[in-house]
Amino acid sequence: MTYSLKIKNLRAGIEHKEILKGVDLMIKPKEVHALMGRNGSGKSTLAQTLMGSPTYKVLEGSAGIFRKDILGLETTERAKNGLFLSFQYPSEIPGVKVYSYLRMIYNKSHEDKLSPRVFREFLAKKMELLEMDPSFSDRFLNEGFSGGEKKRMEMLQMLMLEPKVIILDEVDSGLDIDAIKIVSRAVNYLIEEHNSSVLLITHYSRILNYIKPDFVHVMLDGKIVKTGGEEVASHLEEYGYSSSELNVPAVKHEE
Amino acid sequence: MKNNQLKDIRETYADKFGFNMPEQPFSKVQKGLSEDVIRQISLSKGEPEWMLDFRLKAYEAFLKKPMPSWGADLSHIDFQNIYYYIKPGDVEKRTWDDVPEDVKTTFDRLGVPQAEREYLAGVKAQYDSEVVYSSLMGELEEEGVIFLSTDEALRKYPEIFKEYFGKVIPSADNKFAALNSAVWSGGSFVYIPKGVTVKRPLQAYFRINAESMGQFERTLIIAEEGSFANYVEGCTAPVYSSDSLHAAVVEVIVKLGARFRYTTIQNWSDNVYNLVTKRARVEKDAVMEWVDGNLGSRVTMKYPSCYLIGEGARGEVLSIAYASKGQHQDAGAKMIHAAPNTSSSIVSKSVSLRGGRTSYRGLVDVTLAAPNSKSRVECDALILDSISATDTFPTMRINESSANVEHEATVSKIGEEKLFYLMSRGLTENEAMGLIVSGFIEPIVRELPMEYAVELNRLIELEMEGSVG
Repeated sequence: MTYSLKIKNLRAGIEHKEILKGVDLMIKPKEVHALMGRNGSGKSTLAQTLMGSPTYKVLEGSAGIFRKDILGLETTERAKNGLFLSFQYPSEIPGVKVYSYLRMIYNKSHEDKLSPRVFREFLAKKMELLEMDPSFSDRFLNEGFSGGEKKRMEMLQMLMLEPKVIILDEVDSGLDIDAIKIVSRAVNYLIEEHNSSVLLITHYSRILNYIKPDFVHVMLDGKIVKTGGEEVASHLEEYGYSSSELNVPAVKHEE
Repeated sequence: MKNNQLKDIRETYADKFGFNMPEQPFSKVQKGLSEDVIRQISLSKGEPEWMLDFRLKAYEAFLKKPMPSWGADLSHIDFQNIYYYIKPGDVEKRTWDDVPEDVKTTFDRLGVPQAEREYLAGVKAQYDSEVVYSSLMGELEEEGVIFLSTDEALRKYPEIFKEYFGKVIPSADNKFAALNSAVWSGGSFVYIPKGVTVKRPLQAYFRINAESMGQFERTLIIAEEGSFANYVEGCTAPVYSSDSLHAAVVEVIVKLGARFRYTTIQNWSDNVYNLVTKRARVEKDAVMEWVDGNLGSRVTMKYPSCYLIGEGARGEVLSIAYASKGQHQDAGAKMIHAAPNTSSSIVSKSVSLRGGRTSYRGLVDVTLAAPNSKSRVECDALILDSISATDTFPTMRINESSANVEHEATVSKIGEEKLFYLMSRGLTENEAMGLIVSGFIEPIVRELPMEYAVELNRLIELEMEGSVG
């Protein structure tokens, strides 16, 4: 079986502090895996480490996209291999117009370059999907954007790149229910049209109503301690993370 | 697509380069400065007596004036090892082989056409495109606009010339203005008659000739009442000069209700000391804007100034400084508020990398004669690595209590997280850095004519290559 994302015994951290203490995770094309857990359990560290953040250092283990090891690659190359991370706190880049930036990342990620006219149409459709006002394309990237606007801009970039593996780091935080639906629409579109797989990091089960998970994992102290179906999320919703059930060893799903 | 666009621009540029025939040949060239050299310059140009006197007085002032004790390091300038006037024939003696490799490489990468390269490298003194210049001049002449080399203007319009020349910047203003006043050659003369609006920018390209490549250009601009014009000089491609000193003087007079913009983009080769005095006299309800881009050179010291002498006058300076290895850009602006209700704005953006150094040096002087005046200063510095530096020397002299003066300064480094963010979208580190730098200077670049903006961004992309890792 080819996994779109396969993580084996990943240990990583910052100087003198191990945060990920051996993470195993395997995701097939079109699968959605939700990753839940309380603050500080290592969810964001996992996302950032997979994308190659300079903040975190890999100590041990491997991670691959379609059998290609990515931990030895520059962030740029990881992106080119189909990995996408929707940032929890996207950076503001003053003076860089959204339109020309999106065209740049589109052209760099696709063999076929679109003419300005065709690209404009392509972009207009994606912005429509996200219910974004066309005037967004004349603004500077994320500069002065509200939290919700930034999240939509993440989704718009994702739609440009059409990644094989999508990591959503709390894409739902600070969003109202309408915005969650819109974001989910973009993610589901890529699952359907591009067989993308999703690692969905969240605190709340609410978004799982719109992006249906095949598996729900619970992370605790740098490890995945429980894996199950949607019922795990409902259990967490009801009992919280202190439930003693979480202390049982993680269920390994089939190799 | 982008490359084609650039190519098109290049091709039109080639058309735009206009050289006039050399002035009468100058028979004798010698290094160093003396009264005799100055007399020779004046004689060879067939100048009136008053100009020779002006030059000689300026020379006296030059000898008396001390070197500036502040600013960049100028101790390596050897005044006696410089040619102060090069006869046009000599310019051609330099051959393509004499041009340094790195300059040639940059030309290659920018895709500069050969003819333009030779001109930029100072190899070629004549470039035949008088047609463009003449047709442009045809339109302008009907309106009474004068756009000539300064030497030619002195011959053709001695009265206007004498009335304004050396009035905004007296010959003894500073050591380098004095030097320029003593040995000046070339530069532009622009006269915009009352009420005339010149829609297209007056490009120095159109009338450039061997002289204006010179080290001691002298530009004089008079914008009569209610007129409007935009003057553009320079080029983003590196200008190679074997002469190590460029000391220019630019004087602008903006009369009642007129509006004038002076845009400069220069990229000198990194052996050049670029020491330029630019000043505008801004009368009642008039507006003067300086847009100033300084790239390259070993040292640049340049502080475009506005003397706001009429009620309601406004002065603006937008400046970009870009300092790489071995370069010090000491740039800024001066705003002298000398009338009521005057306003000024200074926006300075500097980028330093590979050990380059940028300094912002600015003066806002609100005199007692300037009640209800406003000034806003914003200077932002971006440092790309740990071996580069920036500093800020803002001076505020506020003598009028009703003045409203704001000053904001920021220094930033390119954050790892911004680079990581952009790289996670498939950009390389250099591309990400280039994008951040372009965004940083965007507020000024958007004020440039389109072809300059495109070129400047392209140049920054090139500069970023190999800047990391």
